[in-house]
Amino acid sequence: MGWIVEGSTGRWEIVVGLEVHAQVISRAKLFSGASTEFGAAPNHQVSPVDAGMPGMLPVLNRYCVEQAVRTGLGLEAQINTYSVFERKNYFYPDLPTGYQISQYQHPIVGKGRVLIDLPDGRTRAIGITRLHLEQDAGKSLHDQHDAATLIDLNRCGVALMEIVSEPDIRAPEEAVLYLRKLRSILRYLGTCDGNMEEGSLRCDANVSVRREGSDALGTRCEIKNVNSMRFVAKAIEYEARRQVELLEAGGRVEQETRLFDAVRGETRSMRNKEEAHDYRYFPDPDLLPLVLDEALIERLRAELPELPDAKRQRFEREYGLSVYDAGVLVAEQATADYFEAATRGRDAKQTANWVINELFGMLGKAGLPLESSPVTPAQLGSLIDLVNAGTISGRIAKDVFAIMFETGDDPGSIVEARGLRQVTDMSAIEPIVDRLIAENPGQVETVRKNPKVAGWFTGQVMKATGGKANPQLVNELVARKLGL
Amino acid sequence: MSIDQATVARIAALARIRLTDAQREAAAVELSRILDWVAQLDEVDTSAVEPLRSVMPISPTLREDIVSDGGRPEDVLRNAPQRSGDYFVVPKVVE
Repeated sequence: MGWIVEGSTGRWEIVVGLEVHAQVISRAKLFSGASTEFGAAPNHQVSPVDAGMPGMLPVLNRYCVEQAVRTGLGLEAQINTYSVFERKNYFYPDLPTGYQISQYQHPIVGKGRVLIDLPDGRTRAIGITRLHLEQDAGKSLHDQHDAATLIDLNRCGVALMEIVSEPDIRAPEEAVLYLRKLRSILRYLGTCDGNMEEGSLRCDANVSVRREGSDALGTRCEIKNVNSMRFVAKAIEYEARRQVELLEAGGRVEQETRLFDAVRGETRSMRNKEEAHDYRYFPDPDLLPLVLDEALIERLRAELPELPDAKRQRFEREYGLSVYDAGVLVAEQATADYFEAATRGRDAKQTANWVINELFGMLGKAGLPLESSPVTPAQLGSLIDLVNAGTISGRIAKDVFAIMFETGDDPGSIVEARGLRQVTDMSAIEPIVDRLIAENPGQVETVRKNPKVAGWFTGQVMKATGGKANPQLVNELVARKLGL
Repeated sequence: MSIDQATVARIAALARIRLTDAQREAAAVELSRILDWVAQLDEVDTSAVEPLRSVMPISPTLREDIVSDGGRPEDVLRNAPQRSGDYFVVPKVVE
């Protein structure tokens, strides 16, 4: 998926790598026993370790380690059996210790990859450079006071996975596809909930530009704060154009950190830091190197769920679904599970259509997640059965579905209670057809000349019966009556 | 190895320590001496030696993923120079 900035002096391509911070799903923090739950009252989920009290010692959470390994396996990555926690030193009020415990030279996960699904059906691999474990900082509230900043340390010490991609991304849209796929994998693995609004998934983008066809790497800028799927493409696109304009005007790109302003749709320099950061990493003397057992890695590998790529391939193979339908259905595990439950013993394409068009449509309109769907997979399945058995027409089925969505009732009882059964008794239809023929001699003439427009009569019959007539049978009846 | 005053000033700034001119001069001399003393280790060829992370051949103790702390904002905030509700209050930090 090439993407080009047309400059005044030529064509430019972009080179983008993403750094994603994914909050690990765990009960307790990375190095303390305080809770990670979102939304607690300020400073109610803080242990003395998180508050940086003198003499407190960090003790590593086993489950967070396993979550990082699971994620590494899901990214088809090298798992490093030896990793080291280091201190990244900087001062900020929401970091009480004055350093973040992170991993630097020896991360827990090395090279891996994420396959992105391009719109033309092809896939492309985006390399993963590394994944490491680190602590989150607390939260600073700058807008509550004129002269003060408020600090809440609840988030301080929560485990994060920093997932760094190779600079393999060549189009703004590819960055979105990468993030979507990464989020989907994390959610399948149960290692991060992927909630960008709550900040469980945060993204920084490293962007540089170069002349089309060049192998050289330009100077990159790090764009912070691109915290929604929508803004990732926008921020990268803006930044690429900014750099091209700068270079074509004879300027130079400064390596710097820039902030994405979602309201103005632009990036701006954060050059108010009086000097470049010097984090002075060194191994944390409070923590021994982490050594992983091969047996643990193999156990976690064996426990991995079927991931989106494998599931999509299986859906194409096993159910004969199109790449597109399969891709939509596997994006979320819950959707895939719903589909599989609904389609058991039924036509997969038909079920996929119902799920993707009708169910998603209704859920979208109601603003509900699939988990809260009023229609169960079994109920959708029986509705499809009613259509296939000829009990109701396809048109009525959509009305029945709307009622199911509203009431949560079974389709069978809705059809009975509201008398929506398809009329297949031709003795009830025949008088209607006779009447229509008698009342519309002009149309009869037209249809006799051109039998292709006989559908007009069928349409009228369907209208007169409230959609309950079987259109197939009506067609036959009309043709017979008109001698076609 | 000699540390100049500019380097001392930079290290002091990173560590958020304010030094007077006299202190900076003294620190430059003192840090240089410390580095010279440690530099004696350069006489040993360590190119084939892995850095030693721990003298004990043991694995770290890990904790189970159980919530065992928190719910005590009064303890956490007891040393706060200033508070507002259950928040710490610090001088305005502008992005």
